[in-house]
Amino acid sequence: MASTTVTPTRMELTKQKKKLATAVKGHKLLKDKRDELMRQFLDLVRENMELRIKVEAGITSANTNFVIAKAGMDGATLNTALMSPKQEVHLSVSNKNVMSVDIPVFDITTKTADANDIYSYGFAFTSSDLDAAVKSLADILPDMLELAEKEKACQLMASEIEKTRRRVNALEHVIIPEAQVNIKYIKMKLDENERSSQIRLMKVKDMMLEEAHNFAEKDAARAAEKVAKEREMYGA
Amino acid sequence: MYKIGVMGDYDSIYGFAALGLETFPVKDPEEAKKILDTLVVSGYGIVYITEEWASILHREIEKHGSNITPAIIQIPGISGNTGAGITGVKKSVEQAVGSDILFGENN
Repeated sequence: MASTTVTPTRMELTKQKKKLATAVKGHKLLKDKRDELMRQFLDLVRENMELRIKVEAGITSANTNFVIAKAGMDGATLNTALMSPKQEVHLSVSNKNVMSVDIPVFDITTKTADANDIYSYGFAFTSSDLDAAVKSLADILPDMLELAEKEKACQLMASEIEKTRRRVNALEHVIIPEAQVNIKYIKMKLDENERSSQIRLMKVKDMMLEEAHNFAEKDAARAAEKVAKEREMYGA
Repeated sequence: MYKIGVMGDYDSIYGFAALGLETFPVKDPEEAKKILDTLVVSGYGIVYITEEWASILHREIEKHGSNITPAIIQIPGISGNTGAGITGVKKSVEQAVGSDILFGENN
């Protein structure tokens, strides 16, 4: 693998060991984060789906009601009736932190507290179908709000889970094995160096011992050699 | 304080005006893009958009997907439910899990 780039030194070994320890710890933490996020996400997405089905059915029926209302009166009257709404909706958004993912919490406040203020028109010129249509839409509004909250949370959590999953995989399949391979390589290289210097020392020791044990004979041999040389010189 | 906006063709959304939501009837894709971009920066917490228009503006919607606000939520329009909203939920499951393990059998 990438072991070609590491230098087999003790310093590098310490570095790689530290890297491995951090990676293993990070991997464990990220895995826990992913599992917990996934658990919460699955609950949330189920609720999201139920709400969506409910809201879609609600809106579809409200739309049908509006079509009926529109059929019963002329377009101009309808437009006039809905032109200036009495009610105003304000939304306050706060953040909730779920496993380091910021998800929004929506809270709705209406301008007037009276639930009947959704009818922004006098009842004289409009059909009762319009009242029913507006009412059906008003009834679905709290669910729509909850849907918005849940769906946004789901989207944000999904992207966070994807990121975390990639990180976990990268640590598990790339970073950790690489560090392990590097550590093994450095250890083997260092052991090899150790062995070779040991052998060298043993060899040197052997040579020195040999010299020490047979000192007298060797000394005599050397002396005899010297005498022979001198005799040759003077004899000549 | 945030506001709530509703985008789509006029017939699908005019009812929401009675509830106090702000409606933005759109006819033309270019104009719709501009409206959506202004809604994103001018303090809208939620933007409901009809499924037909969401499919036209999907690139813009994806662009703003990572922000907390606005939450851009698809709703069925007057011409019926295209199922795009449900698909969106399935997509996020797929993104998180890798494959759709929850709602796959409903297909």
